[in-house]
Amino acid sequence: MAATATGVYQRTYTRDLALRHTRAEYFRLALVIAGIIAAPYLVGNYWLSILNTILIAVIGAVGLNILVGFTGQISLGQGGFLAVGAYTSALLYQRADLPAPLSIAAAVIVTAVAGALFGLPALRLKGLYLAIATLASQEIIVFVARRWDFLRDGSAPLSLDRLHVGGYEITREYFEWQWYQILVVCAVVSVLGARNLFRTGLGRSFMAVRDQDIAASAIGVNVTRAKVTAFAVSSGFVGFAGALSAHYTETVTWESFTLEISILYLAMIIVGGLGSIAGSVYGAFFMMVVPVLLNELIFAIGDQVPFLVTRLPAIENAVFGLVIILFLLAEPRGLDRIWQRMKDYVRFWPFRY
Amino acid sequence: MNTLLNLTVYGLSDGAILALAALGFVLIYKATGVINFAQGEFLLIGAYTLYATFVLFQLPMAASVLVCVLFAILLGVAIERLVLRPLVGESPISVIMVTIGLAALLRAVVQLIFGTRPVPQPAILPRTPVQLLPGTSVPLNRLLVIVIAAVVLAGFTLFFRRSRHGIAMRAVADDQQASLTMGISVRRVFAMAWALAALSALVGGILLGDVTEVSGRLATFGLFVFPVVILGGLDSVPGTIVGGLTIGLTTQYVSGYADPGLAQIAPYLVLIAILLVRPYGLFGETRIERV
Repeated sequence: MAATATGVYQRTYTRDLALRHTRAEYFRLALVIAGIIAAPYLVGNYWLSILNTILIAVIGAVGLNILVGFTGQISLGQGGFLAVGAYTSALLYQRADLPAPLSIAAAVIVTAVAGALFGLPALRLKGLYLAIATLASQEIIVFVARRWDFLRDGSAPLSLDRLHVGGYEITREYFEWQWYQILVVCAVVSVLGARNLFRTGLGRSFMAVRDQDIAASAIGVNVTRAKVTAFAVSSGFVGFAGALSAHYTETVTWESFTLEISILYLAMIIVGGLGSIAGSVYGAFFMMVVPVLLNELIFAIGDQVPFLVTRLPAIENAVFGLVIILFLLAEPRGLDRIWQRMKDYVRFWPFRY
Repeated sequence: MNTLLNLTVYGLSDGAILALAALGFVLIYKATGVINFAQGEFLLIGAYTLYATFVLFQLPMAASVLVCVLFAILLGVAIERLVLRPLVGESPISVIMVTIGLAALLRAVVQLIFGTRPVPQPAILPRTPVQLLPGTSVPLNRLLVIVIAAVVLAGFTLFFRRSRHGIAMRAVADDQQASLTMGISVRRVFAMAWALAALSALVGGILLGDVTEVSGRLATFGLFVFPVVILGGLDSVPGTIVGGLTIGLTTQYVSGYADPGLAQIAPYLVLIAILLVRPYGLFGETRIERV
């Protein structure tokens, strides 16, 4: 096996289908695995909690990218689907006393079904009309979550017991640690699942629909099936993320599923790269870490400029908007593309291309 | 009778403002094919520029309106030139996303300068109660809003029908290549569409700020342009008036007779119902696609 992809020719179909072809790629995989294992030892509890929220966001972003990036169906309803997943899992776990893994699995299925239902209009709607229809479903789901007393504990938001499965329990002192282990496994499984989905016929049919749905139907892709399954699969991932976030934060309230959340997730996949699973991971990291760093920066210089501290939310929003605009203007295909270009630069050096 | 008439006047005035906001949206969509998610923020900026000039700098009314108009035109042109033009020909998702980013940025800048609380602004239009029927009175400013919006909308319609630039804009909306060959500057039309959209939103924002309050809530109100344009059709100027008035009346009736919370999503329920029956909106042009 060569170190770089230049001049690598596959001699068997199995080799050609492999996810990794070069030694450098295996080396990178080893580095990533080492990083995942080492991360909790290297960072404190605070950063570990941020890592945990990032891992949940990764799952959600992968789900959204399946729909928007790979199938080309724009959706502003991410927050609504997160809500469906979170409430389903929370209610089954807390009120119906189902074991946590079962409640999470049920949440995935319920959200997938809900996604397929909301995907039905997508069969007739395109582009902007679909975006607005999903915006409407987002607002309607949040309205239901806000008004339905069943989804609350009296006047307080729905709260969950700390996660326990059989004899295994999340303890207080190792809370972030144990969650990190659980979430890493979930995130890795989701990323691998999504990565492999696009090596199957079903995944390829999603991409065909994205590129040109009429042409796709002409070559025998069942567009109806592809669109509805894309909505279901994507919502399944999103529901998974929602359920995990419900158990991790131990409380579910409609405020965490507003339109802003939908836009945040869209920003993640735009920044990371539409139509790229690795991009969803980069984007989720980027969009979650930037506000944290911005916060630290502003509090560090806040003594000199108190104005900045009082206007912090506005500054965060401004940076958020700027990041989206600058990425779209400079590199519409996101961080993933930037990473590819860096690799190409090294590979072809000293030539330009 | 009393409530019904009151709600109707409130609904019509809300609807007139929505029609102004939606007009800007339709202009941009027709001429440039861009879906502008920042239309609500244009309303917000319109209201705040008037607050800045009229209340903070204490300019006389006419002068501050003039400054606002200039600012709106500049803002529209600058956004088109700096943000949208580099994205011509990109995928619709990128274009939608860039306007969403723009919306976040504009809202944040307003928040940075003016804070999050509603700002106090003296009433511009008189609020004296007017007796419409015996026993029924509505504030005068609501009626004036309807009149002003109607005048502005009529002005825009005349502009598209009669003036050179208006006809050029319609030509570009119809077929960009054909209008290029006829010597119309498509770039100028694009810039003009954004400037006019900012301008109509400025009028809407000022009116809305005056009848309600000047605060961040104005941008949320702006989200209702989506139900309006779906109802009226994305590419139909008269449709915005029909759509605006329908949505304005629906929200007011629902909030008056049923539940103010439900009124916040009633337009979306209407929207979904319409899209289920007619996927291109009520007045929208059905597009025939070829590979």
